[in-house]
Amino acid sequence: MRAAYPFSAIVGQDEMKLALLIAATDPGIGGVMVFGDRGTGKSTAVRALAALLPPLRAVMGCRYHCDPKADAGRCAGDCGALAGETETIPTPVVDLPLGATEDRVVGALDLERALTRGEKRFEPGLLARAHRGFLYIDEVNLLEDHLVDLLLDVAASGENVVEREGLSVRHPARFVLIGSGNPEEGELRPQLLDRFGLSVEVRTPTELDERVEVVRRRDAFDRDAQAFGAKWAGADAEVGDRIVAARAQLGAIEVPTSVLEAGSRLCMAIGSDGLRGELTVMRAARALAALEAADVVAESHVRQIAPMALRHRLRRNPLDEAGSTVRIERAMSELFDA
Amino acid sequence: MTRASPSVWEDATLAATLLAVDPAGLVGVAVRGGPDVARDRWLAKVKALLAPGAPFRRAPLHIEDDRLLGGLDLAASLAAGRPVAQRGVLAECDGGVVVLPMAERIEAGVAARLATVLDHGEVALERDGLTLRLQARIGMIALDEGLGPDERPPEALMERLAFRVDLTGLSGRDAPGEDGPNADAVAAARARLDGVRPADDSIIEGLCAAAIMLDVASARGPILALRAARAHAALSGRSKVTAEDAAVAARLVLGARARRVPAEAEPESAEDVPENAADQPPNAEPPPETDIPSQTDMVIEAIQAALPDDLLERVKLEGATRSRSAGTRGAGADAKSARRGRPVGSRQGALRSGDRLNLVETLRAATPWQKLRGGGVNGAQDGVRIQVRREDFRIRRFVQRAESTTIFVVDASGSAAFQRLAEAKGAVELLLAKAYVSRTRVALIAFRGAEADILLPPTRSLTRARRRLADLPGGGGTPLASGMDAALALALAERGMDRTPTLVFLTDGRANIGRGGAPGRRAAVDDAMTAAGRVRNAGVAAVYLDTSARPRPDGDRFARAMDAVYAPLPYANAGAMFDIVDDLRGGRR
Repeated sequence: MRAAYPFSAIVGQDEMKLALLIAATDPGIGGVMVFGDRGTGKSTAVRALAALLPPLRAVMGCRYHCDPKADAGRCAGDCGALAGETETIPTPVVDLPLGATEDRVVGALDLERALTRGEKRFEPGLLARAHRGFLYIDEVNLLEDHLVDLLLDVAASGENVVEREGLSVRHPARFVLIGSGNPEEGELRPQLLDRFGLSVEVRTPTELDERVEVVRRRDAFDRDAQAFGAKWAGADAEVGDRIVAARAQLGAIEVPTSVLEAGSRLCMAIGSDGLRGELTVMRAARALAALEAADVVAESHVRQIAPMALRHRLRRNPLDEAGSTVRIERAMSELFDA
Repeated sequence: MTRASPSVWEDATLAATLLAVDPAGLVGVAVRGGPDVARDRWLAKVKALLAPGAPFRRAPLHIEDDRLLGGLDLAASLAAGRPVAQRGVLAECDGGVVVLPMAERIEAGVAARLATVLDHGEVALERDGLTLRLQARIGMIALDEGLGPDERPPEALMERLAFRVDLTGLSGRDAPGEDGPNADAVAAARARLDGVRPADDSIIEGLCAAAIMLDVASARGPILALRAARAHAALSGRSKVTAEDAAVAARLVLGARARRVPAEAEPESAEDVPENAADQPPNAEPPPETDIPSQTDMVIEAIQAALPDDLLERVKLEGATRSRSAGTRGAGADAKSARRGRPVGSRQGALRSGDRLNLVETLRAATPWQKLRGGGVNGAQDGVRIQVRREDFRIRRFVQRAESTTIFVVDASGSAAFQRLAEAKGAVELLLAKAYVSRTRVALIAFRGAEADILLPPTRSLTRARRRLADLPGGGGTPLASGMDAALALALAERGMDRTPTLVFLTDGRANIGRGGAPGRRAAVDDAMTAAGRVRNAGVAAVYLDTSARPRPDGDRFARAMDAVYAPLPYANAGAMFDIVDDLRGGRR
């Protein structure tokens, strides 16, 4: 496989990079949806993230690489019987290609066993592989509908229930969903959009210098991916360390009542639906504080993450031309600058 | 379109040559034009210049995913008693070129899969119980036989191909003989390619500045141009990319993607610039000249001098098509196919290409006969296989919900047009807002002056619809017959793609322009009646919303001739319109 383009070498696109780091710090936030034009490095960034994520401890031999420390949420299969041995695995980042068939996504009958022995055995699919990691769907708005339904269900419940081909299997499937797509090619179904914790919009850089840098780095990468990777390895390792440190610190970070109130007032001001918005604002602000090695969440953290946490949750008025980001910015300056 | 000129052939030949030097790096060429001698000669040229033994294959339009990407080889799997993978065309062509005929008809989903493979140089296979990664560093030639500016391969694909070649109107006679570099020269260039570097920063800066100047937003533009410049330098026997290489690359790669004509190069086209600039990001201004060092200026000058003469034409084409959704006009998506959607049990039957075997049911069907056939039932020991015969095969069945398309046909003529158009816009947007849930696509046709235009091809994209609606023009005569003709043509095209069309006419019925644009009330009404009869014969469901101040007998007649639901709507109102259309669609189910 070709080496991935280093995360740190991506020029600009700071909001997208920050959203990915926040989602990696707190998987509970619920993933990132990246909207944007073609050729803005959406896929590159997601695949680059995979390379710098810290490894996981997992139960040795468990087909769902369960966390040995977790008592709840282990798979019902052979996992418990495997006595205490663990192994280190890379954080799974699983690509869901558009052509994937349903049986590869949810898992299916083990063909080899069925053919050679006529035996029914479950072979885990992509959802099982993505457990405790990331599931990436490029052009998520073009995904076939029945697959979207399926993903919605699993993402909401954290569990994959398979009832097909005479199999009856359930296993944990908690993953961070990362989607990317171009809104020009079709809307994302509202139910699916709502599942994403954060959403960002990426644009082509308009500064000449920045664009020159994009092309220059890409050219260097094309010519010698290994040397280019080595040059950026230090910077990537630093980002990886930041994620590890932020995860460890996450639970100890204080969220003052005033900040919680600020988040709630903002959500009310822009009329976002449900509690999910407020919860996401709080969690994302906390993850940002952790990434910045702060002990307390400040209002500035809320302001920085509010657009990405809320812009896809505004009730949409099809006749309103003003972008969601503009509405959030307006509400924030009314609330906080006064 | 451009006249056949030698320079078109020269550029086409150069694109073929550069592609042969670096097929995977330049990703490919989109070739517009019908299947005639010129295209055949061009393809033969590419084939002749490729490395000896490099694959050069066609992937037919309706190729199944298991042949395109790879999948389970059922026959071999059954024979071997274990899953046997087969590679698809893309992986089989690793190191060579894949030709994609009728690329303008490719579905968006297929285009996205191809794009992923082109981006990574490998096929990631997650199908039929297989997980494989197969190297597929390929170049792709997309043959585009589209006629109008709307009929083009999906943007997801076009965007990734370095070159666009237009052979429309060229005959074989225009093709020069065996000029240009031969296969040996190309092979030498290929060997040299890895060592070729840009002479200095001015090359990359010049290409990026040119991209901004031409409003090429995607970073892929300058990246591909740089690769083309390197291939050109290698071909010229140089190890440094010069301004000349950059100029040629910019002409071939960026010129075709231009969405704006640089003001300096084409002063007489100044009035076209604001029109194009209106829907662009406001900050995509050319950079101040003073910031760029003079070396870069020279590169930019060379690029400007090299830009194609028909740039203006191309900009118009690009502007007309770039907001079109990828694959709205794609190959017939098999909506009630036996291959996709929700599984609903299985049936006995012969295995045809693309059918999916239900393995458990198949094994179950085979089990009772094992003794007779001399196999083992429970697989007691290894090596004993279950014998499966053709009559045991059970094929999975799937259903997919059919999609529908609502086509609004709006009378944009005369003085009341603005009010009516605004209301139609409102209704379209209301329908669109819930489109994804009810699986509805929306299209918009406006007729005014002498003819009817498809303002919005069938889409589910709110973003696109809003943009298109924002500049809906109005005024002129009422060519009702042309409106009906265009609506019927679009409805039949949608039906061809297994979507159920519904026509919604919004007009006051004062037809005064006949078919072919001739004025005259009598002829116009007669033509409209004929057109309405054709709609009825085709059996397309229709609603006729009469927007005239007082209901008119003409409107009722037209509606009857079309077998349409007639509703007088003196004050066009988006909400009311929405309710009527929604009722009609709901009632038909």
